[in-house]
Amino acid sequence: MSHCGLHCLTVTGIGVEADGQVLLHDVNLHSHCGQLTAIIGKNGAGKSTLLKAILGEIPHEGQVTFSGHNGTPVSGQKPKIGYVPQAVALDRHSPATVGDVLQSLTSVYPVFFPKRKKTVQKLRTHLARFHAETLLDQPLGKLSGGELQRVLLAAATVSNPDLLVLDEPVSGVDQNGLEEFYRLLEELKQQDMVILLVSHDLSFVYEHAERVVLLDKTVEAYGTPDEVFATKVFVDTFGEKEGRR
Amino acid sequence: MIEALQNMLTYDFMRRALWGVLLMMPLFSLLGTLVVNNGMSFFSDALGHSALTGAAVGMLFGLAEPQPIMLLFAVLFALLMNAIRCSKLSSTDTVIGVFSSCGVALGLVLLSRHSRFSGYQSLLIGDVLSITVPQLWVLAGTLVIVFLVWVFCFNGFFAVSLNPSLARSHGLPTVWLDNLFVVVMALVVMLAVRWVGLLLINAMLILPAAAARNVARSLRSYVMLTLVFSLFSGLLGLVLSYLNAVATGPMIVLVSATVFFGTFFMAQRK
Repeated sequence: MSHCGLHCLTVTGIGVEADGQVLLHDVNLHSHCGQLTAIIGKNGAGKSTLLKAILGEIPHEGQVTFSGHNGTPVSGQKPKIGYVPQAVALDRHSPATVGDVLQSLTSVYPVFFPKRKKTVQKLRTHLARFHAETLLDQPLGKLSGGELQRVLLAAATVSNPDLLVLDEPVSGVDQNGLEEFYRLLEELKQQDMVILLVSHDLSFVYEHAERVVLLDKTVEAYGTPDEVFATKVFVDTFGEKEGRR
Repeated sequence: MIEALQNMLTYDFMRRALWGVLLMMPLFSLLGTLVVNNGMSFFSDALGHSALTGAAVGMLFGLAEPQPIMLLFAVLFALLMNAIRCSKLSSTDTVIGVFSSCGVALGLVLLSRHSRFSGYQSLLIGDVLSITVPQLWVLAGTLVIVFLVWVFCFNGFFAVSLNPSLARSHGLPTVWLDNLFVVVMALVVMLAVRWVGLLLINAMLILPAAAARNVARSLRSYVMLTLVFSLFSGLLGLVLSYLNAVATGPMIVLVSATVFFGTFFMAQRK
């Protein structure tokens, strides 16, 4: 098992306003390493906004803290965050290869200089964990949805983050790709990572998440998948069919 | 043909122009790769247009050499334009369009006020044949500096263009990188605009990179092909302009455009 630096993510009283509109108010969350916390909710519920607030990308009220297992705040140590953006937010016409993308994110050695064997080997080994080692020299634009997802996951985890944040990673990916993706997340859980996932696929959430957050501007329901899927607010949001598991 | 080329190099101004092309084209290709990749060709175009205002402001201050004012003006113009671009208050191409036209209009108003416009026509078309030795040294220095910036920041520039949130999550100072990039772009465009003209400077920036993008299969080959296409267009354009007694800058652009269409159809046929 890899070294684990920071163990708990605590989100307290997060509120976000934009143009006088309340996008989020009083959001509280607590998530441990080795747990997958899924954030669900209808469109416009503020799921992506919450991720951005946790990433520190947008101004917000409230606090995001990391602490050790016994609740002591970890000071002087910035948590490393891995982020998987929505695949649609990438330039698929870029000539850049998978290797270029990983190298540009993790190293200052210019990608236009001759390749260094050590770097290539390191990236290939890392990609192999995501069954993507053969994609190293593939241009981004040639990847399927599932392949791109695995590459982005590899990019997010290359520096062993304490927190992994995934934004709707399942759009444009077929069923096999999805299963593979969630299986990889299961493996990452073993490495003492706090994982936050925005998802639309409720059956995968039910199967793989330890904690579920039903969001609609604030936390409407929080608990294990069984607990949350049985709530009235869940049935009101997603319909009775989804609630019956 | 060989004789004509030997003959060409007997002229001092042609030798200087050759050095000018050999220094400027690599500079353009370094910049162009990222301008095209980041979808900022409209941005660099607007910067070129702001040269007119910079020159006019320089004239208002009664400076014999407007270049320092032009550089300062372009840097401020670029940072302001970038700030508005990043604030997402309005759609990017509209903002840049507004800036671009303001730059041209203000420049023309100021220059016409003193009926001095004819003196600044060279700014529109440029003339690499009039480049002097000290100016070549300035270009060489700029090339070294830009190359060093690229060595240290190219990965960051690229990562930001890929996805700013992704880049930030890897600890890259995205705002800082973004501003550094537009400042370098402003400086290069202002230094080069009098040699290639503001009408065509953007074409020289983006055409070789756009051609390389048609055929490149990695960032490494993209940067290398851009450099090769740039130098090829620059040198062939210079020679053709000499042999046919036509303007050099436009000839270079025509060669680049031919290379672009060649690679475009090559990519289509695959």
